[in-house]
Amino acid sequence: MKRIEAMRAVHDRLSQPRVAVVTIMGAVAAELQSIGHRPNFFYLQHAMGLASSLGLGLALARPELTVIVFDGDGSILMNLGGLTTLARYAPKNLVHVVFDNESLLSVGGFPTATSTGSDIAAMAAGAGVPRTSTVRDLASFTSAFDAALAARELTTLVAEVEAVGPAAFVTDLSLLENRYQFQRHLRSLAP
Amino acid sequence: MPVSASSSRLIFDALKANGVRIMSALPETWLVHLIRMAEEDPETTLVRLAKEEEGVGISTGAHLAGVRSAMLMQNHGFLASVNGIVSCAQLYRIPLLMLVSARGEFGERDPWQTEGGLVTEHVLDALRIPTERLGSQGDVARKISKAMTLAYSASRPVALLLERDLMWEEA
Repeated sequence: MKRIEAMRAVHDRLSQPRVAVVTIMGAVAAELQSIGHRPNFFYLQHAMGLASSLGLGLALARPELTVIVFDGDGSILMNLGGLTTLARYAPKNLVHVVFDNESLLSVGGFPTATSTGSDIAAMAAGAGVPRTSTVRDLASFTSAFDAALAARELTTLVAEVEAVGPAAFVTDLSLLENRYQFQRHLRSLAP
Repeated sequence: MPVSASSSRLIFDALKANGVRIMSALPETWLVHLIRMAEEDPETTLVRLAKEEEGVGISTGAHLAGVRSAMLMQNHGFLASVNGIVSCAQLYRIPLLMLVSARGEFGERDPWQTEGGLVTEHVLDALRIPTERLGSQGDVARKISKAMTLAYSASRPVALLLERDLMWEEA
């Protein structure tokens, strides 16, 4: 499964009202923009590891929204303690997807520890995340993603994907333009 | 434990008066009363962290969602958060109010705190984070309010250093 195919398969779910999407930097951000940017998408273009924490902040601040985080193996490995914080507060409105390509693709494809057996779903379960699973093909990803949205229970869904990405990571959406558009959009959804 | 409950109450009340509804924290001796107040207050969401840098992400999410927040941490927690502050809060122009206990200064008895005390203000300066010291109860409400005002007008992180004279009731 390619990551861009997975995001394309669920893109219509991401564009629903009262959904907020947070991604990590690099390939995930560039690929999601290439499929179609929406004002409810925020791309954290640095600060590796903090996308899941940012998603937790959103989820706690706005329980009426559904927050979807697109994380990566390299990023979550930088913030494993954050899994315990996610689990501790376990917001029902947070779906945490981790695209695992076993590498730091954006900086040249150096292998991460998931390439030598570290299991992110098991670590999330060990941290106390109530729903965790690992999927390896597109049909399984789509059904697991929909099940996570329907469950209304904190989920970490690990999607094993190929280590391929876009040709370029910089897009014409400026970081601050994205940030203010996202904030205004969430304000327009105020309960 | 001679942590000042009255100073902690003044700080907590000032944060609430400035609209703070989410407080993230990592336990530190000087912050025990503040953390307990945040936990017991039904209008405040306390987020207990595993590492302080997570708090930058949480405050960023909260801000984008329209909710005011603050981070409560020791200066060593601030030092552990530097990349998050630079690559998230400063890069994305997030008003981030940080209350940082200034351990390792005059009066410090714990040897392990002393190195951090030497560098905290220099690091804050290097990051161009506007900083003031909170050393007396009479300053608490006014300085917290002014810190929040600047955080929002500049859309940047600001820091208040909580001094021993404020937080520790001991000669």
